[in-house]
Amino acid sequence: MGPRLWAAVLAGRLTARVSRALGLGGGTVLPGRVARWFAPDLLGRLARGLSQGVVVVTGTNGKTTTARLVAAALLDAGLTVVHNRAGANLPAGLLSALLLATDGGRPRAEVGVFEVDEAAFPRVVGELRPRVVVLTNLYRDQLDRYAEVDRVARGWRQALQALGGGTVVCFNADDPQVADVARDFPQTVAFGIEDLEAGREGLEDAADVRHCYRCGVPYRYRVVFISHAGHYACPSCGSARARPAVRAEAVDVAGTSGFVVELAWDGVRLGVRSALPGLYNVYNVLAAAAAAHALGLPPQALHRAVEAAKPAFGRGERLRWRGVSLQILLVKNPAGFNEVLRALRAEPVRSLWIAIHDQVADGRDVSWLWDVDFEVLREAEAHVTVTGLRAEDLAVRLKYAGWREDRITVQKSLLQALRQALAQTPPGGTLYCLPTYTAMLELRALLAREGVVPAFWED
Amino acid sequence: MELRLAHLYPDLLNLYGDRGNVLVLQFRALRRGIPVHVGRVGLGDPLPDADLYFLGGGEDRQQALVAPALERLRPHLAAAVRSGAVVLGVCGGYQLLGHAYHAADGSTLDGLGLLDVVTRHPGHRARRLVGNAAVACALDGVGTLVGFENHGGRSWLGPKAQPLGRVLAGFGNNGQDRTEGAYSGTVFGTYLHGPLLPKNPVFADYLLRLALRRRFGDVRLAPLDDRWEHAAHVRAAQRAGVRLRTA
Repeated sequence: MGPRLWAAVLAGRLTARVSRALGLGGGTVLPGRVARWFAPDLLGRLARGLSQGVVVVTGTNGKTTTARLVAAALLDAGLTVVHNRAGANLPAGLLSALLLATDGGRPRAEVGVFEVDEAAFPRVVGELRPRVVVLTNLYRDQLDRYAEVDRVARGWRQALQALGGGTVVCFNADDPQVADVARDFPQTVAFGIEDLEAGREGLEDAADVRHCYRCGVPYRYRVVFISHAGHYACPSCGSARARPAVRAEAVDVAGTSGFVVELAWDGVRLGVRSALPGLYNVYNVLAAAAAAHALGLPPQALHRAVEAAKPAFGRGERLRWRGVSLQILLVKNPAGFNEVLRALRAEPVRSLWIAIHDQVADGRDVSWLWDVDFEVLREAEAHVTVTGLRAEDLAVRLKYAGWREDRITVQKSLLQALRQALAQTPPGGTLYCLPTYTAMLELRALLAREGVVPAFWED
Repeated sequence: MELRLAHLYPDLLNLYGDRGNVLVLQFRALRRGIPVHVGRVGLGDPLPDADLYFLGGGEDRQQALVAPALERLRPHLAAAVRSGAVVLGVCGGYQLLGHAYHAADGSTLDGLGLLDVVTRHPGHRARRLVGNAAVACALDGVGTLVGFENHGGRSWLGPKAQPLGRVLAGFGNNGQDRTEGAYSGTVFGTYLHGPLLPKNPVFADYLLRLALRRRFGDVRLAPLDDRWEHAAHVRAAQRAGVRLRTA
């Protein structure tokens, strides 16, 4: 390692120490940014020091949870892991995680697990040359930033074409756009849900992909699981979902409290119980299983990792505060929001707190709220307190979805709104908190001030 | 009295919560006791008779799928407009109401020619026009329009189209001449989504009255409780950097 790289590593590590000492935060991004300024190729250089290679997880939804499951399975199998656990998923965030695990110019870990922003993926895989890539799904999300879903898919396709042999691509067979991007790659592990009873008929409105990639004719769906993910076939050219290698053969979801799933691949059968909420987490477990399979990990490592997994912050975690249970369910895009609402239908919902921000990390465009099927919960006997920078937009949306206007309260301050929602929660009941990304960070900080949770980078 | 709405290609042109526009028209008519029929028009379907036709936005791929189907409806839609029907196009739908859309890859899609507008995409390297926007609407009594815009194409108006408004904040048609959207008679096009009508209730009612006029003459619409709609309007303007007085 030359002096330039040494300087970069040193500068980055120093930045991390200073950032923490000054209480500026966890140093999850800044150290990487500083180090990249000294040595733009540092990410790739350090990653090549990981003897067991790198796993990259990307996609619209499920990155954080999937990456955590993969990291936990690797740890269980006895490997040392570096992981951008706090969710900083742009190159500077990846590098920050690597820098913290670097000694004498070499990473202390054997394997890297990185969740990567879907738009940054092409750049990042060029530098990291991953051993395993996991493509979770492609839904409509933050169009003000990514412009068009098709463009993200194009970027993925080009990135995969540039990767040579040696990489295994794990992909969601149920998502037609993802499958179309990945299926011709030389080494793949497809994953998907086989249990037809876990799905429903018909597409919801947020489905982005309904027309065949090969010939433009609308797909026919036998079953839909999430948004446009399901068992599809093109009636014209015959292109269709292929039976995946890693399968969820029986799925039983219990609202927001978890699920039981029977996984199968290559002669392995695994009954797994998970505390993660909703059908969307079945996909995350499948994605992690596919990665574990591609990495050659023992099935038991995955099994233990999944069963021990608690929801990541904001991803369905439960907290207790003032005699009430809080469950925090991050909502970032229509597909994810719809799944949260679907999971909530199975719960006795009496009180909701929904916080909609429109900062860059949330997507500045709030029109996506109209792609969410709030109609499914309008019969609930629930009070809802809406808050955030775009609280009024949500209040209007709920009103036009047929929610009872006298049960909706608009409250600008997140804290005031939370107090109010708590007051409307029956004793021993659950307050469901649905924040967008930056509202979740704010909620987290607020709960940390109250001593309910630790700061996020300590999680 | 009843209202007939037609939503053109909702499966393909629904990029930015566009169905919200149709929901709002439907809801606001129902609240006034006016029954509503909403027809969804798919690829290859004939054009139903309606008082208002709505076209949302799509990505280039979806617009390319829609354009030939729309081409076949062109004479029918033109006849409907002559009978007084209202047409509203948002974003990609607006571009398709013009003469032509020259896409990023150099191909050209023929539009309906209902608006004297031509749109050109300067290529994927050019900056997209993205952000919150507020517009001083040129229509009588409508006031401001607020929303979010996100388009690569730049639209230029010919002499037969009027700008829908003057840009107070944001980019508008092309980021240069400070115009936003276009209208001509009962045909309206705009880049504002968000969606447009939920937070622009005055414009929603303007379109409702115009649509009802075709068969029922001038109709008075009873006022509704629009507290949240107005609050959302003021908030969207504020996020665009424009201060409005709270109604």
